[in-house]
Amino acid sequence: MSKRIHVSTTVNGDEADFLCDPRETLLDCLRDHLGVMGVKEGCGTGDCGACSVTLDGRLVCSCLVLGVEAEGKEVGTVEGMAAGEVLHPLQRKFIEHAALQCGICTPGILVAAKTLLERNPDPTETELRYWLAGNLCRCTGYDKIIRAVMDAAAEMREAS
Amino acid sequence: MALDGQKTAYKYIGTTPNRPDGLDKVTGRARYGADISVPGMLHGAVVRSPHAHAKIVKIDATKALAMEGVKAVITRADFPEGLEGEDWDLQENCMAGEKALYDGHAVAAVAATTPLLARDAAKLIEVTYEILPHVTDVDEAMKDGAPVIREGAADFSVPEGMHPNVVRYFDSGRGDLDKGFAEADLIIERSFTTEAAHQGYIEPHACLGQMGADGRGELWVCTQGHWFMRRMSTAVLGIETTNIRVTPSEIGGGFGGKTTIFIEPLSLALSRKAGGKPVKMVMSRNEVLRATGPTASASMDVKMGMTKDGRITAAHGTFRMQGGAFAGAPVDVTTMLAFANYDIEHVHHIGYDVITNRPRQAAYRAPGAPMAAFATESVIDELCRELGLDPIDTRLKNAAKEGTRATFGPKYGPIGFVETLEAAKAHPNYSEPLGPNQGRGVASGYWMNWGGETSASVAISEDGSVTVSVGTPDIGGSRASMALMAAEAFGIPYENVRVNISDTGALGVNEPTHGSRATYASGLATIRAAEECIGKMCKRAADKWGIDAEAVVWEDGCAKPSGPNAGEFPPMTIAEIAGEMGGTGGPISGHYEDSPAGFSGSFGTHVVDVEVDPDTGRTTILRYLVVQDAGKAIHPAYVEGQFQGGAAQGIGWALNEEYVYGEDGRLQNPVFLDYRVPVASDLPMIDTVIVEVPNPGHPYGVRGVGETGITPPLPAVANAVRDATGKRICKLPLRPSRVLAAIQGKEV
Repeated sequence: MSKRIHVSTTVNGDEADFLCDPRETLLDCLRDHLGVMGVKEGCGTGDCGACSVTLDGRLVCSCLVLGVEAEGKEVGTVEGMAAGEVLHPLQRKFIEHAALQCGICTPGILVAAKTLLERNPDPTETELRYWLAGNLCRCTGYDKIIRAVMDAAAEMREAS
Repeated sequence: MALDGQKTAYKYIGTTPNRPDGLDKVTGRARYGADISVPGMLHGAVVRSPHAHAKIVKIDATKALAMEGVKAVITRADFPEGLEGEDWDLQENCMAGEKALYDGHAVAAVAATTPLLARDAAKLIEVTYEILPHVTDVDEAMKDGAPVIREGAADFSVPEGMHPNVVRYFDSGRGDLDKGFAEADLIIERSFTTEAAHQGYIEPHACLGQMGADGRGELWVCTQGHWFMRRMSTAVLGIETTNIRVTPSEIGGGFGGKTTIFIEPLSLALSRKAGGKPVKMVMSRNEVLRATGPTASASMDVKMGMTKDGRITAAHGTFRMQGGAFAGAPVDVTTMLAFANYDIEHVHHIGYDVITNRPRQAAYRAPGAPMAAFATESVIDELCRELGLDPIDTRLKNAAKEGTRATFGPKYGPIGFVETLEAAKAHPNYSEPLGPNQGRGVASGYWMNWGGETSASVAISEDGSVTVSVGTPDIGGSRASMALMAAEAFGIPYENVRVNISDTGALGVNEPTHGSRATYASGLATIRAAEECIGKMCKRAADKWGIDAEAVVWEDGCAKPSGPNAGEFPPMTIAEIAGEMGGTGGPISGHYEDSPAGFSGSFGTHVVDVEVDPDTGRTTILRYLVVQDAGKAIHPAYVEGQFQGGAAQGIGWALNEEYVYGEDGRLQNPVFLDYRVPVASDLPMIDTVIVEVPNPGHPYGVRGVGETGITPPLPAVANAVRDATGKRICKLPLRPSRVLAAIQGKEV
């Protein structure tokens, strides 16, 4: 077994430390060492987006980032989206629009959509579809996901 | 249409409340197959054959077992001998015996203290193979001289003289084909192929198994059916069914692919060998694509005759399907449903189930139906084109309706095919003008739906709220549907109902969430169990009032005297009755179990507009319409979701998805980058129309809606590409290279 490396990072604003094998991905470390189970593995090759997290605000597939790369960085996951018991508008709209069926892709899509709206609060449907093209959903055909994000974006624009 | 005893006015049914598990699923709290860990847990990994067909000469695990932290290695030698039939097939597929039968076939498994260690140890297990000739194509596998996958695999149905790889044969029909074709003004015959497609659930198979030396244990697993999981896993291990208690996790998609077993008995066997320590196993995507069941691939010849005015006079279909190295390609369903949409007097189907060196096929949404629809609906489209007929009018002319004798035998009860065609014709999408390189395709499809073994319980809590326990995992919002049906039955708010998916220790046997049966069958059981509770609550009220139970009725969540003659008593609410139940006879619950036979099929009609780039052959979906008969939509948003999801999967199968095998028999694209499922930018919004022709076999008219939606897209897209390009392409997928070749006049 390789020598384990100590990593100090921040997850959803809280300091977190873990020991990891240098071969382990950030996805493995979040799930297996820190118990952050909202991050899902769908492919392990960066094709499905189920493991989407932010790393210092940048949207990444955590299966394509090594755990040791999280040293000194801030990781954001679906677990950090709600403020206490108040859901993020995207989370609320996903429930209201029935934008999930099995729900396994939902955490990654929520993180990806949140990152888009922070950069572009008023995306067109086409911009949104291309932004989410790295997040596979096999259940919904995307229709209700697109509607939920557009509706959340409209509500967030109104509130700001 | 009002049917005797069937409700037609609803308070909760047909509304779209938030799903009960929504909060867990948008916050990351929902626990799926890979999300559970327990103290002392080991991690498993599987050694898989890199060869399509090979004799296993020797397995040497010495080096792996010498590693610190490696606790157990299993091979087929750790499983009991002497299994037969389906049980042997399951065992052989979970762990190869004498031969590896396909690229990805499991040959050994190891448990170690960390996932990385288990993977490292798997690499150190040395397997010596003697490579054998292989075959992965259905037509090749039937030819003289093709490698024999397994002698003696054929059943009694196969006529003499066929290749040993033909393992089942189906032949059915009626009427006089010669007479029927003689009546036709035009006969068209075409040959078609479809490739294997994978269900593509985003959650790979995952489980956590624990079993002691006494053969008793537990299994936490993502599955569509935990009783199936229990029966199959214990059969493969040679232990009694009840010894393993199976708890279903939340499930990250299944579409039929999670109705069987793969790694689960391995985790139990590893656990036993490791002294009873729990063993977690999680597949990689590579393993999912190489070793779990995609659909069958198909090679088909369909011939149909039509009169000038659009009447189908005769139909003949030959369907050859391979479902991997084991019998089970759903060609029986393919033959059954190939012409089931239409009223045809003279019809004949022949089906061949063929084994090849591919992974064992598993159910995938309407298994067997989309391939047949691709062939049949493409031929009908050609007939309509040549005769100058409207495709919807022609389907209306031939549509099966109540009383029609189905091409597979029985007479249809009330069905909604005509209604879907009329709604499709009336929809604005059908008259939207088309531009250059654009085309429109129409196709219809059908799934007969299913009942299946069902056991459910309903219990009244002390405050009058209600717990529903069902055995069908919630794969797409069925908790919401169950809660709505219970709310309707009791006349209490939706929020006052909690729905649990019970483990195998809590209910009688339940078939999986498959065949579009959960909302129909578990819903029916929920309603009947609620009615038993209501009967008991009426009795409690009657006893309190000192009147006959028959003189009490249940309305809006209250027991009431049935009329002035019954006496003058204020209504008792469910909360009041529940609050005193401890003193009036004890807990109140209801239970229902059945294999309900009142299921009824769902017809659908799709209209798609495409644009084909003449320079690249790339097809873009411009508009898509799904019209389908739900019987009664309990939660319309999730019904629409089933329509849209089925359409998207069918579009993927039509345009991009395929299993690509190399000359070496290895799967060339076991990764989502190359196995290309539709992404958000590939699709437009998917328009839906819910038709409601109630099913008289369900108290609220439910049919089940999951399967049908994947059936029409294959031919609808192909028909649209034909309309846009002038080229009929009879092979799926319609990938750009193939469409471009057709546009350029090359053979495809």
